[in-house]
Amino acid sequence: MELSESQIERYSRHIILQEIGVSGQERLLSGKVLIVGAGGLGSPAALYLAAAGVGTIGIVDGDRVDLTNLQRQIVHHTEDVGKEKTLSAASKMKAINPDVEVRVHSLFLRADNVAGIIADYDFIIDGTDNFGAKFLINDACYFAGKPYSHAGILRFDGQLITVLPGKTACLRCLFNGPPPPNAVPTCSQAGVLGVLAGVIGSLQATEAIKFILGAGDLLTDRLLTYNALRSEFRKVSLRRNPRCRLCGQDPVLKELVDEAQPVCDLRMP
Amino acid sequence: MQLTVNGKSVEAAAITVTKLLVELDVKNPDQVAVELNGEIVDRATYDDTRVNEGDQLEFLYFMGGGRGTQ
Repeated sequence: MELSESQIERYSRHIILQEIGVSGQERLLSGKVLIVGAGGLGSPAALYLAAAGVGTIGIVDGDRVDLTNLQRQIVHHTEDVGKEKTLSAASKMKAINPDVEVRVHSLFLRADNVAGIIADYDFIIDGTDNFGAKFLINDACYFAGKPYSHAGILRFDGQLITVLPGKTACLRCLFNGPPPPNAVPTCSQAGVLGVLAGVIGSLQATEAIKFILGAGDLLTDRLLTYNALRSEFRKVSLRRNPRCRLCGQDPVLKELVDEAQPVCDLRMP
Repeated sequence: MQLTVNGKSVEAAAITVTKLLVELDVKNPDQVAVELNGEIVDRATYDDTRVNEGDQLEFLYFMGGGRGTQ
């Protein structure tokens, strides 16, 4: 790939960085990242990855934009209410950077479609709100050997971890599976500071970019937590759990399953 | 007994993980992953897992979030 003059200008602040340069920018332009969920976390990730010139960005969401989304899902504008989230997101990404190929997957991930969708991507960003989906992505990425970024936000707290399947701690190393119904409040029940989605989703995008570049240290075997009220970041060191049901020494999960939807007011099909 | 819980120094009397979760008034303790000195503790052994002076514990919470139609 040869960068055009306008690309050299567009990406000049990247190219000047020793860790990126022309070759790194070319790697980004050849990179393929899948964002699952065009919501709070997926919005900043989609915008920054498009701006960064990640060449192929897939976006998965089966939902439409709702007025309550706009407090934090910054890829969607007021005029987009009622539109498919994927199409709304894709139009902003293309507007920021026409270099980017946006692939739209207007559906919800399930055990029977996830493998086919993630297969063509280098790195997956989990921007879902849904416990079942988070474990489905974790498991699918493990079986497919795809690196991915897990994150969650609630009230004034956010956290994320990057998983290199089979090499570093996965979500199930920490948590066996989704919590039972109503055990953990959702954002709609408990609220969430909108900007928190921007902080954590942007960190997820940073991990994707670092992975494509091979630059720096990924956030593996460490859970980064952020509390907005206390202005506090912490990194909790983790190790792979030998008893992990997915990636441990005696795994019991051998195939993908749709976890029971654990939250009473989920509107996922 | 002095412990470090989520990076903060805590004075506690509890001698097991289960009792510590109660003493520190942790909400939904059955949903909290507990890391003791760098190892995730098997949930089935919380009753029997002892905590000792100077131990470092992390209580980790599962979070959803992101897409907005929960």
